Amino acid sequence: MKLKELESWLQQVDAFEEPKILLEQYPTSPHIAACMLYTIQNTFNDIEGKLVADLGCGCGVLSIGAAMLAAGLCVGFDIDNDALDIFRRNAEEFEISNVDLVQCDLCSLEAEAHAKKFDTVIMNPPFGTKHNQGMDMKFLWAAITMAKTAVYSLHKTSTREHIQKKANDWGVKMEVIAELRYDLPASYKFHKKKSVDIQVDFLRFSKA
Amino acid sequence: MKLLTHNMLTSHVKGVTKGYPLLIKATEVKVNEVDFNPQFVTRMIPKLEWSALVQAAEELGQRQDLPDELVPEYENNEEFLKKVHRVLLEVEVIEGCLRCPESGREFPISRGIPNMLLNEDEV
Repeated sequence: MKLKELESWLQQVDAFEEPKILLEQYPTSPHIAACMLYTIQNTFNDIEGKLVADLGCGCGVLSIGAAMLAAGLCVGFDIDNDALDIFRRNAEEFEISNVDLVQCDLCSLEAEAHAKKFDTVIMNPPFGTKHNQGMDMKFLWAAITMAKTAVYSLHKTSTREHIQKKANDWGVKMEVIAELRYDLPASYKFHKKKSVDIQVDFLRFSKA
Repeated sequence: MKLLTHNMLTSHVKGVTKGYPLLIKATEVKVNEVDFNPQFVTRMIPKLEWSALVQAAEELGQRQDLPDELVPEYENNEEFLKKVHRVLLEVEVIEGCLRCPESGREFPISRGIPNMLLNEDEV
């Protein structure tokens, strides 16, 4: 499948109806999702025929994209019932059968129980701003525990050094695959501008 | 919830030491066709808790003739791989619940999604 084709499919994935501030439910744009998945498959061969986990899957744009790129199975994990409900409807509309969903709290999930069960973990975690400081690192720790081969994730560029240190502590290799501009639409009432560009790193963590 | 996912789920209620495998009580089960990928199934088999898979299939009345023990040289046995494919990926629990074998705590499954969230006093 061509990148453009994947992106145009992903434009048809429904997003959050009423994003929740506490959960930092910023949608992953179809463009960013398609670029991420296309790179993960074409450069690293980490989707097709793999068992994939999508942490904080929300409405499922990354999972559905991974399913379209022929993941063996992609399991989406999220805490929020409303988001999972939209995900389920999206999967039905796309007639996708190689996805599955679990409602759970990734912060209290004992990731050890899932240690190395998944080939690949993909995610666009909460950035850990506002009310959620440190949430991004909790997600990353869960992801690294659950993955056997690699983790792909988006993080604010301003946190790169901190994440690199953590990656060293955890004994995983981190590489910056791309620097993106994440166009954050004004999803919430407290946003004064129409949209804000933030600098985001697309990172790959690999296990030795 | 597919049985491949079930094979990985554990109950983490406070105080529980072995919340695995979760017992399945299903009121609605569906079988959806999924593309057969023999390489994927072959790669998943060594990662599975085989007895938990057989037990789950049994609880759903979907075991058919899945053996108690893994068959030798299954990687070349297409008929066997297809059976495993079916129970891992095609059989889905739509409504019901999962029961922690130690604490008895039940986790509801609604519209195909198991809810593993714990209350504050259970963490």
